[in-house]
Amino acid sequence: MLTTFRIRRFNPESESPQPYFEDYQLVTERSDTVLDALIRIRETVDESLTVRCSCRGAICGSCGMRINGHATLACKTKVASLISSGDAIQVEPMNNMPVIKDLVTDMTGFWEKVRQVQPWLQPAGPEPEGEYLASPDAMNHLTGVMGCIMCGACVSDCAALEVNADFVGPAALAKAYRFVADPRDGSSSSRLTALNTPGGMWDCTRCMECIEVCPKEVGAMDRIMTLRAKGIEQGVPSTCGSRHTEAFADIIERKGRLDEPMLAVRTFGLTNFRQMFSFLPMVIRAVVRGKLPKSGPLFRAIPGVDRIRRLFRRAKE
Amino acid sequence: MVTSYEYDVLVMGAGLAGLRAALAAHQTGATVAIITKVHPVRSHSNAAQGGINAALTDRGDKWEEHAFETVKGSDYLGDQDAVEILAQEAGQDILALEHMGVIFNRNEDGRLGTRRFGGQKRARTFFVSDFTGQALLHVLYEQAMKARLPVFEEWFVLSLVKDEHGQCGGVVAFEIRTGRVALFKAKAVIIAAGGLGRVFEPSTNALICTGDGIAIAYRGGAPLMDMEMVQYHPTTLRGKGLLLSEAARGEGAYLLNAEGERFMEQYAPNMMELASRDVVSRAEQIEINEGRGINGCVLLDCRHLGKALIRERLSQIFEEAKSFANIDLTEEPIPVCPGMHYMMGGVKTDVEGRCWDLAGGWRGVPGLFAAGEAACLSLHGGNRLGANSLLDTVVFGRRAGRCAGEYAKTRSQPRIGDGVVKDGENSIKGLFARLDTDDTVARIRHEMGRTMTESLGVFRDQEGMAHAQQTIAGLRERWNRVAIHDKGQVFNTSLVRALELDFMLDCAETIALGALTRTESRGAHFRTDCLHRDDEHWLKHILIYHRPGGSPQLDSLPVRITRWEPQVRVY
Repeated sequence: MLTTFRIRRFNPESESPQPYFEDYQLVTERSDTVLDALIRIRETVDESLTVRCSCRGAICGSCGMRINGHATLACKTKVASLISSGDAIQVEPMNNMPVIKDLVTDMTGFWEKVRQVQPWLQPAGPEPEGEYLASPDAMNHLTGVMGCIMCGACVSDCAALEVNADFVGPAALAKAYRFVADPRDGSSSSRLTALNTPGGMWDCTRCMECIEVCPKEVGAMDRIMTLRAKGIEQGVPSTCGSRHTEAFADIIERKGRLDEPMLAVRTFGLTNFRQMFSFLPMVIRAVVRGKLPKSGPLFRAIPGVDRIRRLFRRAKE
Repeated sequence: MVTSYEYDVLVMGAGLAGLRAALAAHQTGATVAIITKVHPVRSHSNAAQGGINAALTDRGDKWEEHAFETVKGSDYLGDQDAVEILAQEAGQDILALEHMGVIFNRNEDGRLGTRRFGGQKRARTFFVSDFTGQALLHVLYEQAMKARLPVFEEWFVLSLVKDEHGQCGGVVAFEIRTGRVALFKAKAVIIAAGGLGRVFEPSTNALICTGDGIAIAYRGGAPLMDMEMVQYHPTTLRGKGLLLSEAARGEGAYLLNAEGERFMEQYAPNMMELASRDVVSRAEQIEINEGRGINGCVLLDCRHLGKALIRERLSQIFEEAKSFANIDLTEEPIPVCPGMHYMMGGVKTDVEGRCWDLAGGWRGVPGLFAAGEAACLSLHGGNRLGANSLLDTVVFGRRAGRCAGEYAKTRSQPRIGDGVVKDGENSIKGLFARLDTDDTVARIRHEMGRTMTESLGVFRDQEGMAHAQQTIAGLRERWNRVAIHDKGQVFNTSLVRALELDFMLDCAETIALGALTRTESRGAHFRTDCLHRDDEHWLKHILIYHRPGGSPQLDSLPVRITRWEPQVRVY
């Protein structure tokens, strides 16, 4: 089958280094992966096409790149699964990290963020003579997260990172979760405290892209949500993120719908004058246009709010 | 301005052996750095799926049993002093890994669980689902981060350097990202750069497994040993050669021929599918050659294991079968064939990882160490048991690291002139200056791979191997002229692949030479023109020395036997 690959090229040593797209046509077979095709292009058409790759079996994490707009592993993506539309297959380097050459990105920042979560076991007490005893369920659960191969796909497509470069990101948070959830680790409360800061676990915007693109089903966002729940559970000092969660649930439980001004006030705190002041222009514009939402005692509960409260009670049980 | 770095111990390679060695050397108080052509977690140790062996005595297992089965598995070519150390120290290393954070599978009582593996009667293989290598590698890298070990990532080593006394003094390498060449001075260098799988095509090995460390040590004057001993894994996917773990058979999967028979009954009535790998691979190849295969394959049948077990304990190969062969293991058997998997041979070392002999029984390079697949103790002899390779990397990686760290304390930094950097730069410039021809690095590599598989595969004979030897010599001539089309400095992977091919051709040459020299059949080395094991003449290792500008020089060493005299090998 004749397939067109539209590859984003970048040569930092060219006279005017600018990324550009180059098309390559190739006869592909049913069993071919995108990586097979890229290797064939560099072996038979253009030796300078640059890509990291090694294991060919989705275990080393070298060939993370964006294919048709989403990050994935080239070695795990079948060409046949992409060409039903007959269009060219678009191949680009990962996002949210600098490009070194063609499809090769600089992952230094990625690893710095992983290091930031102190990704090593910090045992609770002295080492036992034999192995640590741990339940098979706890260990099986952890192997799901340990399946992360650090390919960077989740970081590439993370919507929060795109606007907030300080965010530690889904890969590092999933790694942090791996230790927080490890019964052998003794530092979970200090880990959670460290994640309870700007750039930490509350900066995820829950777009679900990391779950969507992960080639190993690590489910980073789910792990981040569990970290948040554990943080609240363990009573790490409240932050905007945890107050937002708690106020949100509390308002819904009482009113059955969201009192947005109240949510903002309770999230940031009424005494947070600078933040409150920054809302003023928006409030004035809303008043002028007659769109200021009711709040506090003026904001009525919906009819049948009892049923919502019952749901809450049941969930809490 | 010449860049140079200076450490007590420099470790080449950041897979399990390299990381373990670096951590052990660090613990001696030595200054340590790692140099690696890929980021540590991209290393090929990742690909080890099934597990890691250890006879834990507190649960009634005996290290002697593990040692004996390793010796028997090696077809009595393994050096028994090294095997005894491996089996005796396995338990402490498994526990050390567990304490570092490896998430080993557990039994209901919360203790470490085991599964069965080939060539062993008892279940003594500890595992993390079926990605044990990855789980270990990531944990050792965590420990390296914790220890703040400097890692020179994506640096490609060009050569070993020695001082005027022949003492190893470091390496010359270039940074792939910038193309700059630098000297890394060290009192001790540990080669832990992995195997050479890509010399064969196909192979289960990652594309980075190009024997760099083996060839660099060889050119630097260290002998290679057991190079004829190449393992063919019984369950690989045809075409690309991807591995399906022995864990499948360990958990009870069957091998069937085209007639639906469990053919291993004919070849290994006791151990069946769990006979050692050389035996199973040969059996499969006979079935295929005699017309009882299906398109060059036999079938691996997991269906009776049940969906729950497959998903939990074989999750990685379940996914692999689905994405790469479009087969649901719970519904259908999957076609598999023998494929190149592991190099038993490598850089000759003693049990402390030294690539020279304190007693002077063989020549080597003082200051040079090796560990892992690049090294040859010889532990695995003619055939490695499954789940002994991970164990090899941690036990002998640790020993090499500690010995190198202690050794460095007794030495001052060797004197190495800056001229070696210029030499490195000139060798790269020379490659860039070659005139364009029609030939390409990729074409030479494919021909080498096909030749090796055809003539040095499961079955070998004099004629085929001699032909391969000639072909390799011809490919070497072509390599000497082939041009590199990308002349850039930044991340030039064309250059990297050309240099890798250079190393691979040395490996191919020594494999063919070793195999032609050993006129018997033993372990994975099976000659249809010499059908039997010949203990009288060949209970010895073949050593190969590099001779610059000449043909390699052969030598031999007797097998070290401590307590197990060779017996007829039946499974």
